[in-house]
Order: sequence, then C-alpha cells, then structure tokens
Amino acid sequence: MTPLSRVVIGSALILAWPMAHAADGQKIFTQGGSNPAAMACLGCHGPDGKGIAAAGFPRLAGLPAGYLSKQLHDWRTGSRKQPVMEPLAKALTDDEIKAVSSYLASMPGDPAPTVRRQQIASDPTTRLALYGDWSRQIPGCVQCHGPGGSGVGEHFPPLAGQPASYLEAQLNGWRDGSRSNDPNQLMVGVAKAMTDDEVVAIAEFFANPASPEVKP
Amino acid sequence: MKAWMPTLLLLAVGSALAAPITMEDQSQLTVPPAQNAAQFAPPAEGELPDNAFGKLVREGHALFVDTRRLMPDAVGNGMNCSNCHLDQGRLAHSAPMWGAYPMYPAYRKKNDKVNTYAERIQGCFQFSMNGKPPAADSPQMTALSAYAYWLSTKAPTGVELAGRGYPDVPQPQGGYDFKRGQQVYREQCAICHGDEGEGQKVAGEYVMPPLWGKDSYNWGAGMHRINTAASFIKYNMPLGKPGSLSDQQAWDVAAWINRHERPQDPRLVEGSVEKTRLKFHANDGVNLYGQKVEGVLIGQGTGG
Repeated sequence: MTPLSRVVIGSALILAWPMAHAADGQKIFTQGGSNPAAMACLGCHGPDGKGIAAAGFPRLAGLPAGYLSKQLHDWRTGSRKQPVMEPLAKALTDDEIKAVSSYLASMPGDPAPTVRRQQIASDPTTRLALYGDWSRQIPGCVQCHGPGGSGVGEHFPPLAGQPASYLEAQLNGWRDGSRSNDPNQLMVGVAKAMTDDEVVAIAEFFANPASPEVKP
Repeated sequence: MKAWMPTLLLLAVGSALAAPITMEDQSQLTVPPAQNAAQFAPPAEGELPDNAFGKLVREGHALFVDTRRLMPDAVGNGMNCSNCHLDQGRLAHSAPMWGAYPMYPAYRKKNDKVNTYAERIQGCFQFSMNGKPPAADSPQMTALSAYAYWLSTKAPTGVELAGRGYPDVPQPQGGYDFKRGQQVYREQCAICHGDEGEGQKVAGEYVMPPLWGKDSYNWGAGMHRINTAASFIKYNMPLGKPGSLSDQQAWDVAAWINRHERPQDPRLVEGSVEKTRLKFHANDGVNLYGQKVEGVLIGQGTGG
C-alpha cells in the first residue's frame, strides 16, 4: 500500500465517521462537538439552557428546533453575525446542528406568563406588546410570538424568559441592519418602526415575568 | 352552436370568469374607495370611564379579541372577531366597528330584511365563526354591541365613513390563477397559516387562524367570496405589511384559499349544493361554491 493510498483511505474514514455515528445532542450541549472549536453550549447558555441573563446570553431551552437550526446555519453562512457563534457554528457538522437543535428544543423552558389578550391595555408598553401600533404598521408582539411571548411554531421564537439585554440587542440589530435573517423580513420593519424607549420597555416586558404591567 | 359556445369559452379561459357577476353582495351598504384616507379615530383606551358602562365595554372587548375561548358555545371553529377586524376592531380598511355600528339598522340582501346591529353580529357567529349565534338580548351580545358603540364615539350615524369595510380591489383583467395563488400562499402566508391552511396553535388555542378546513369560516361567510378575501388580504396581509401584494397577487391567493373545503353553508337547501348555489351563491360576488375545479365539486363541506 502506497503512502498516498493510506492518506486517501484515512481521509475517507474520517469523512465517513460522522455519518456512521448519529450525533448526540446532549453530548454536544454538555461537552461540545467533534471539532474542539464547537464548544459546549452550557458554558454560556447555562446548565439548564435557560441562558445567563446578567451576561445577556439567551435562553435556548425549549426554543423550536427549526429556529435553532436555522440560526446555526445562518451563522455558518454569515447571514447572521455574532463573533462567538459564527466560528462555533462553522465547527459543527450538519448532523450535529440537527442533533443539538432537537435536544435544546426538548429541554424545558419556563412557561410564559399567562397574559391573555382580553384586557384593555391602557399603558403604552402593554398596548404595544398585545395589540401593536397600527399607525406605524406594528402588529402586537404576541400576535406572532404567541400569548405572553410563548413562541409559535418553528419561525416565531419565544420572547418570554429571554434576557432583556438579549432582546434589546436583537431589536437594535434589526434596526441598524446588523441582523437581517428574519423570514420574509417580517421583523425588520417592525423593529425599525419602534423607538429607542419602546425597544427598552418591550425587552423588559418580556424578560421579566413579574412585570407589574403583566396582569393575567 | 350557441349553446356550447360558453362551455368552450369557459374551457379556454380556465379560471377566468365567463358570466357577469353581481358584486353587490353581503350588504347593501357601500364601502368608500381606499384612496379616501380614514379621518375618524376611535377613542383611546385611557378614555374609557371607570363605571358600569366602562365595565361592559371591557367585557365586550374581551369577547371581541378572545371570542373562541370565552364563547365556546357560540363559536364553532377556530376564529375570533379580531381575526377579520384587526387591531381590536379599530383599524381602518379592516372592517372597523366604528364604520359598522353607526350604519345599522340597515337592509341586507343576504337575509332580505332590515337588520339591527345585533342581527348583523349574529350573522358573523353563524357564518364566519360557524357557530350558534347568541340571542340578541344575551349579555354577550349586549357587551359586544357596547364595545362597538364605544369605538364609534362621536362618529356620525348613517354616514359611510372613509375606512369602513374592506376597500374593493377590482378583479384583474385576466381573472385569477390558482397556481400563482398557491405560490403566493407558500411564499407569504404559509409561515403563519401553515402549509395546509391549518393555522397555528399554542397550548390548544389558535394564535394564527386557520384559512380552510373544519376550523375555518364556513361556505356562507363573506370571506368565502374571492373578491372579499382579496380586499381583506390586499389591505391587511401579511400582518404588518399591508399593501405589499399587487391586486393580482391578492386575487390569486384569495382564489387559492377559497378553493379549499370548509364547513358547509348552514343554509344548505335540501341537502343539495347545487340548490344552495342557485339560491345563495349565484349572485354573491365571485365565489367557487357549487362549481367544479379540476373536476372536483367545490362546496361539499368538511363534514361534522
């Protein structure tokens, strides 16, 4: 056997290896991916996957798998920007993205507070969250993100239980164009129509379930 | 020769329409054109008085935005009032309550009599919500009427205010096309309403309404007309991006949505789709009820 063919066979084995072993989502979460650059999620997102609010690291537990997988793929291609997540996502294989996304989706998140829609909202933040401001074509947040910001389906992630600084950073990212990976550009127009004060207030509204404005 | 000419024409134009259609449908009331910008503004929430009247209005508001959950006996599908009347019934060009309430009592061809406002809402429950209308003097109807009355504060009575109803979107020259409509649906609507029009639920309750199937509006609802759905869609959808679809796209996607089965028209005549078509649908705008699309009779209902 020539040295060259050894290299070829060796490479083939390495390439085939991830295919032969189904990626283990829990292992990626706790220990990282097969490539050491794919660091374990829990380091920044917490052992329960609920994020680290003080640092603005978002909650991943209970987010829809399709949404998580899309974000990881978007970081890979650069259509979503974030200096830590971009190289990390590039170090994950397709299988690993699939596995860790479904594992995270299966982790329990805190339930959204039961903010029902039937109350008349007289304070401006609750009004914006529940009903929006149609003079600026802003739908109510909960109309797409679900009651209390619980999230709906694969495309509308939960807002409830996300750190305020994370939500604020995302809204500002859409406003200044640094985030633009929303399907059908549904979020960018909404964020751009919001004021600085509203961004802060809405982020607080969903981050803090004990908000005095939230009366079920 | 003359007898089969229309058939040939029908075959030749496909989905385009062969016969002139009466467009004065649902109501004899007319809708001002869209270029008439709405001047009327309903009162702000903070203006609601803290007394018995204010309490009744709040109850009506709750029923309006959470209809299905709060009125399970009256609503037979997955719809709320606020699904077709956006922003809690306040939004211009989204059939706002302040455009409707001051226009009643009014004659409606749909039931050939002068209807009170309560009777008009009963129609919504029977058709758009595929349910059993509460009695006109029930506490729920009183609350819903009080909410609409409050939204109409300082509106003139009997005046067709700019912003009422859904503005007409004229049918495009070439009619409409299901295939193009399907494409618009996939690209613009499915993200919220689902690939099969099934809507989306959270914890068993619809957040995004179903557009066809057993939990959607029935074959007697105004929205089953392609022209009405096109008007609603053009001026209100996708949520937060009104006016982003062309007239053609609005008609195409409205036709795609309304070629799908939904609960039967509760006025079904002697169990016959054809008799029901002749009596209620033949002169009711542009609709597919009782017609064949790709060899399949439309209007058979979803059963149960």
